[in-house]
Amino acid sequence: MINWLANPARFMRLSARAVPWCGWTAAVVLAIGLFWALVVAPPDYQQGDTVRIMYVHVPAAWMALSVYLFVAVASAVALVWRHPLAEVAGRAAAPVGAAFTFVCLATGSLWGRPMWGAWWVWDARLTSVLILFFLYLGYIALVNAFDDPSRGGRAGAVLALVGVVNLPIIKFSVDWWNTLHQPASVMRVGGPRIAVSMLAPLLIMAFGFALLFAVLLMLRMRTALNERKAMALRLNSGIAAAPRPERAQTVSAHTAVP
Amino acid sequence: MAAFLGLFRRDLSLALRQGGDTGLVIGFFVLAVVLFPFGVGPEPEVLQRIGPGIIWVAALLAALLSLDRLFEADYRDGELDLLALSSLPLELAVLAKCAAHWVATGLPLTLTSPLLALLVDLDPGSIAILFASLLVGTPALSLIGSVAAALSLGARRQGVVLSLLVLPLYIPSLIFGAGAVEASGTGSGARAYMLILCAVTLAALAFCPWASAAALRQALE
Repeated sequence: MINWLANPARFMRLSARAVPWCGWTAAVVLAIGLFWALVVAPPDYQQGDTVRIMYVHVPAAWMALSVYLFVAVASAVALVWRHPLAEVAGRAAAPVGAAFTFVCLATGSLWGRPMWGAWWVWDARLTSVLILFFLYLGYIALVNAFDDPSRGGRAGAVLALVGVVNLPIIKFSVDWWNTLHQPASVMRVGGPRIAVSMLAPLLIMAFGFALLFAVLLMLRMRTALNERKAMALRLNSGIAAAPRPERAQTVSAHTAVP
Repeated sequence: MAAFLGLFRRDLSLALRQGGDTGLVIGFFVLAVVLFPFGVGPEPEVLQRIGPGIIWVAALLAALLSLDRLFEADYRDGELDLLALSSLPLELAVLAKCAAHWVATGLPLTLTSPLLALLVDLDPGSIAILFASLLVGTPALSLIGSVAAALSLGARRQGVVLSLLVLPLYIPSLIFGAGAVEASGTGSGARAYMLILCAVTLAALAFCPWASAAALRQALE
């Protein structure tokens, strides 16, 4: 399976077919989920309509963690098997994950203002998610910090694996510390503790977010592979053999007319 | 073992003799702490309240300053390639370099801290806890920092990348280090904080040499 996936040309063929399907499904699922969450679902008896922020906040938080796990697994595969697509996947997923983390922090902050009376509190859950956001930024900065892109990929892979220690801390921070952030109410032993009328739109939104991630990931990976191909062509044709990628691009913008 | 000690002694004497690294780090540490009374005002109550945090943050930044020197010179002149080829496992070589780095920066920072604690008007009990927390906390700074230093070897704008990588990873040490002093000040006891701080350092001791060695290997490829 791993070897079968390692062929970039096969990935390009498969993803070209999968992207429109996934894209339209994601759009439809998100549209249904948003309509259900924002219009149909009942307001909370305590929080009123503010609870609707949760339908974006919670899926974004789940995705923030899952995408980091995805980056870490892709990094491990890239380091162990020198898998060419895994490295591209980890690199392509990180900015998307950072965006989900930012959405999670921003919506949480918007919800916290009316509910807790503060935009931000230094609570264990919030702080650990903030650290996750910085880890994403560090990964992105490190991956792009080298003249040789494959060196950046490998350094980033080691960093992604080091950062995995933060994931259990985030997940269990609400159990280990006495936090202002409420403990888990969906993924807990003994089943979800949330009314079905609210759980259903939440799960649909989560599914939509996952599909959205899949589409963005495939698009970014396709772009990265195409970019790499374009770079190889340019280097082979000897038009712009400049060592730095950004210089190569600026040179090509002026001179590389085929 | 002889190779480990030899590497440790070499790194230590280089750090102590060359360019006054230790002096610079201490100078930065003292200056950074001294800046705060100018910024927040000289009231003793305010300084007592935020003093432990200031000293811990300044120690983090001072440790960060010296990190790019950990592998950089050896990477440039090819010494690191020799280390990777030598019979000493690279993990132990990293450990020796971290130990030398700690003796050259973490230990002097710890020894200076009581003086700075007097400047922010801490009581003797808090000073003792601050000293102890830095003593067990700073090795983690060298160890975690070695991972980031190894990862960012040869990067463009290494210093910026390095701080972006390492500061988030320093947060646990900071929380429990400064927390220990504060807990002892409020009378709730620093024991739990100190134990967690020791746990962070021990985890870093067990884990970071492997990660650094992995990062060094791929930097040398």
